[in-house]
Amino acid sequence: MAYSTKVIDHYENPRNVGSFAKDDPTIATGMVGAPACGDVMKLQLKINDQGIIEDAKFKTYGCGSAIASSSLVTEWVKGKSIDEAALIKNTDIAQELALPPVKIHCSILAEDAIKAAIADYKQRHGN
Amino acid sequence: MKLPIYLDYAATTPVDPRVAEKLMQFLTMDGSFGNPASRSHKFGWQAEEAVEIARAQIAELVNADPREIVFTSGATESNNLAIKGAAQFYHKKGKHLITVKTEHKAVLDAMRALEREGFEVTYLDVEASGLVDLDKLTAAIRPDTTVISIMFVNNEIGVIQDIAAIGELCRSKGIIFHVDAAQATGKVDIDLETLKVDLMSFSGHKTYGPKGIGALYVRRKPRIRLEAQTHGGGHERGMRSGTLATHQIVAMGEAFRIAKEEMHAERERVAVLRDRLLDGIKDIEQVFLNGDAVQRVPGITNVSFNYVEGESLIMALKDIAVSSGSACTSASLEPSYVLRALGLTDELAHSSIRFSIGRYTTEEQIDHTIKIVHDAIGKLRDMSPLWEMYKDGVDLGSVAWVAH
Repeated sequence: MAYSTKVIDHYENPRNVGSFAKDDPTIATGMVGAPACGDVMKLQLKINDQGIIEDAKFKTYGCGSAIASSSLVTEWVKGKSIDEAALIKNTDIAQELALPPVKIHCSILAEDAIKAAIADYKQRHGN
Repeated sequence: MKLPIYLDYAATTPVDPRVAEKLMQFLTMDGSFGNPASRSHKFGWQAEEAVEIARAQIAELVNADPREIVFTSGATESNNLAIKGAAQFYHKKGKHLITVKTEHKAVLDAMRALEREGFEVTYLDVEASGLVDLDKLTAAIRPDTTVISIMFVNNEIGVIQDIAAIGELCRSKGIIFHVDAAQATGKVDIDLETLKVDLMSFSGHKTYGPKGIGALYVRRKPRIRLEAQTHGGGHERGMRSGTLATHQIVAMGEAFRIAKEEMHAERERVAVLRDRLLDGIKDIEQVFLNGDAVQRVPGITNVSFNYVEGESLIMALKDIAVSSGSACTSASLEPSYVLRALGLTDELAHSSIRFSIGRYTTEEQIDHTIKIVHDAIGKLRDMSPLWEMYKDGVDLGSVAWVAH
């Protein structure tokens, strides 16, 4: 599989792997995908009172591009407000990682993971 | 140790150096480059003699008559010629064919092509072991069934079908029995004098011969007839026209000669290495062997590592050349149809790895493989949300996944 060096780098040295405590009120969790489809992404965001993402962690079950896509978004969302993070598009991820066409769904999944985490935050904080 | 380590002998084997040396003697002006069909000069006679020796060597490995061996371009062509050739020739007797869901695509796609010609095909399920249930096969037979095609050794999981029993069943019903033996030669004993098999496909490159050459066994007693699929000069008794590829044929012959001579010792050696591999990974949690544990060739070991995904596993195993049943390694998004036919969940099918061991595999390579597998599984499970959930006692079956 001819992956870009960026995918290989994120795959071999994934950033921000891990989990935050789920019951921490500052943590928002988004889990997307399905084992049957071959990829599941769990993205967790640590969000402060100002709505700024202070930290992010992920765990991903999936192919190299799925791991790289989730690793990349943890880097991208840090320091952004949730509204800014919600603007990250799958095409940006796919472009940054030079994903082959058959792997575009991995970038879509990463975008969905951000959206799911933000939705979780909003639901918990009632807005 | 040279990396990567080749553990994909079921995909193809390197040509044995003894075979390569033989092959090279049939190419240049100094060698026997002639056309075996040239009857009027020594160049042709020499080539023809070499072809006939190779034909006999191939027949010897499977205890057949050399006149029952037809050269083709490979097992895919042999499967096509056997299945289409027999179905078409005997179409007046009936238009129903039977095969198995875990067959190679060359068989399944040949069957599909026949369906478009008006044949009816039953694709039989296998048991969870990957083996065919004889009673279910018997039940699938109809009065108009003419051909049954079942492989000897499965290429993905290595299970060995009971060809002897299936052969008896077919013969008793007067049905032509084709066996794809591409993965079987040099691995299991094949005796076509006792086996009631009518057609059998062979491949050169799965048995340390070159790619691009194969053969089809066509039984003489009772005589099986085929509709030719390639028309031309009437080579191979009209069943397969085309100038014989002397160098490849000679090489396949030599490869099969070596296989006959060395297969028993080789099988034992490979089994020891296989046991060493299994022993080395058995302490990893949630590892499952795919296919029957006993009825299998030692060279092919297919295991699923639960909660890790196949392609990322292959990437983590970059220093070992193996195959995965994961969809992500191919253009389609479906996991291996063979593993699905065994009833594996998509997750387990996605996380399967086929290790295939062969002639040049060493103990040192196996030990290194064990270490790499441990490291890779550890790393990927640390990264896997599914593993985390499993460890937390979450029933993954009860989770409402958002499929995409």
